[in-house]
Amino acid sequence: MSAIADYFATEHRCCDEVFAAAEEAAQSGDLARCRVDFQQFQTAMERHFQKEEEGLFPAFEEASGMFMGPTRVMRLEHQQMRETFGEMNNALASGDLEEFLGQAETLLILMQQHNIKEEQMLYPMCDRALGSTAGSVLDAVRNLPAG
Amino acid sequence: MNSPGLSFEQAPPFDVPLRFFLTAPWFLLLAAVLLLWQGPETFTSRWQPATLALTHLLTLGFMAQIMLGALLQILPVVVGVVVPRPRLTATLMHVPLTLGALALPIAFLSGRPLWFHPALGLFGLSFAVALTAIHLALWRAPVVSGTVIALRCALGALLVTVGLGLSLGSYFGWGLNLRAITLTHLHTAWGLVGWTVLLVAGVAYQVVPMFQITPPYPAWFVRGFAPLMAALLGAWSAFVLGGWTMAATVTSAALAFGLAVLAGTTLYLLNRRRRKIGDATLGYWRISMTSLLAGALLWLTTLVIPALASAPQVELLLGILLIFGFAVAVINGMAYKIVPFLAWFHLQAQLFRRVKVPNMKQLLPEVRIRWQWWAYLTALLLLLATAVNPAVFTYPAALALGITAGWLGVNLWSIWRIYRHTLRVGLTGSAAEG
Repeated sequence: MSAIADYFATEHRCCDEVFAAAEEAAQSGDLARCRVDFQQFQTAMERHFQKEEEGLFPAFEEASGMFMGPTRVMRLEHQQMRETFGEMNNALASGDLEEFLGQAETLLILMQQHNIKEEQMLYPMCDRALGSTAGSVLDAVRNLPAG
Repeated sequence: MNSPGLSFEQAPPFDVPLRFFLTAPWFLLLAAVLLLWQGPETFTSRWQPATLALTHLLTLGFMAQIMLGALLQILPVVVGVVVPRPRLTATLMHVPLTLGALALPIAFLSGRPLWFHPALGLFGLSFAVALTAIHLALWRAPVVSGTVIALRCALGALLVTVGLGLSLGSYFGWGLNLRAITLTHLHTAWGLVGWTVLLVAGVAYQVVPMFQITPPYPAWFVRGFAPLMAALLGAWSAFVLGGWTMAATVTSAALAFGLAVLAGTTLYLLNRRRRKIGDATLGYWRISMTSLLAGALLWLTTLVIPALASAPQVELLLGILLIFGFAVAVINGMAYKIVPFLAWFHLQAQLFRRVKVPNMKQLLPEVRIRWQWWAYLTALLLLLATAVNPAVFTYPAALALGITAGWLGVNLWSIWRIYRHTLRVGLTGSAAEG
C-alpha cells in the first residue's frame, strides 16, 4: 500500500544526491563540474515534476475529487523551485559561485519542505485514494514521453 | 500584479513565528546578566533561588518561546494543518509567555509569594492557548506519520510539565501542601526528557535526513521511540510517587539509555551525510547531540554510583548539558535555517518578479553565524567548568553567554531589518513604475 510513496520518495533521494554533488563542486570552486552537475540535477527535477504534474496529480485529483487542495499547492511550489533554478542558472552563466551557493541554500530548504509535505502527506494520501490502481498509474507515469 | 499565490495559504504570516524568534535571544542575555549579578552563588546548588530563576529564563524565556513559535510554522509543513486565527493565537501565546518569563525569575529571586500569582496566571493563559491550538491541529492530521506521533507525545508531556509547574507555583504562591522536591524532579523530567527531547526527535526525523541529506532514521525508531519514552516517563513517575526505588532506578536507566540511542543515532546519521559542505546548523546539531549523549552517560553513571546523584555539581552539570548544551544549541541552529528562509519566502511571495530577493546567505552571511557559534561553544565549555569551579569560571562564563546571546539577537534582528528594507524598496519601486 505504499507503491506511490516508495517510487516518488526514491526519486527525491536521487535528486538530493545530484544536488549535493553540484553544491560540493561550487564550494570547491569547480565551475565546469558544477555546471554539469547542476544540469543533471535540473533535468532530474524537471522529469520528476513532469511525472507528478502530468501523471500522479491528475490521477489523484480524479480519484479523490480534490482539485483545489494539496496538489494545487504542490504545483505552485514546483513553480517556485523553477524560479530558483533560473536564478541558479543565471549565477552559473556569470560564473558567480557565491551567488549560486546562496541560491542553493535557499533551494535546499524550499525543496525539502516541499518533499516533507509530499512524503508525509500527499503520497500516502495518493496511495490511499488510488488503492489497487496505483500500479497502473505508476506504469503510466514511467512511460510518460520526456517533455 | 499579484504574486501567483505560491504556497502562501499554507503558511502563517511572517510576524506570527518571527515575534518568538526575535524575543527569545534577549532572555538568554538576561540569563547572562543574572549570572553576572548573582555571581558564583548561583552554582552552589540547583535549588538556589538564583539558579531556579536562571533555569526558567532559559527554559521558558528562550526554549519554550522558540519551540512554540516554530511549531506554529512547522505544523502546516509536517502535519498539513494550519493553526486557526494564527495572529490572535500567536499574540495570546507570546505576550503572556514573555511577561510570565519575566515575572517568574523575579518571584524566585524576591522569594515573595505575591510575584508567583501573576506568573502563574500568565503561564496558565499562554500554555492553555498553545496546548489547545496545537493539539487541535495535531489531531486533525490527515496522515499519522512518526513525526505526528512524536509531536503528540511531546505535547502530552508539555501538558504534564505545565500542570506540575503550576502546582509547584501554587506551593510557593499560596502555600499549597505538596511534596515539592519529588514534584520538582517529575516537572524537570517531563519538561526536558518529555516535551523537549520528544519535540526535537519529531523534528529531527524530518530535518536531519532532508537538510543534511543523510540516510533516514530506522522506521521502527521513528514510530516507536517517542511512545516508548512517554510510557517510560509515566511508569517512572508512578514508581517515584509510590516510593518503589528499585523500579524507579531501572526505568530511569531505560530513559537515559533512550536519550543515548537518540543522540548516538543522530550523530551516526550526520557522519554519513551526503551533503559535504558543512554549515553552522550542522555544527549546532553536533554540539547538541554530543551534549545529549554526555548527559545521558552522566545520568547512567549516577545510577551506578548513587553517591554521585546527590552531589550538587553533578546535578548542575546534567542541567547545563541538557538545557544549554542540548536544547539551546539545537534551537539556535534551527533558528538560523528557519528565520532567513521565512524572510526569503515571504519576500519572494510579495515581491515576485518585481525586484531580486536576497538569498539566504545574503540575508544572514555565513561568517556571522560562524562567529556566534564559536561564542556559543566557549560559553558552553565555560559553563561546564563553572559547575565544577564556580569561583574561577562564573564571570567568564556569564560574559561568554552574554556575547553569544546578544550576537544571536543581533543576527536574527538584522534579517528582519533587511526584510523590511527590501519590502519597502520593492513595493515603492514598483509603485513608481506603475
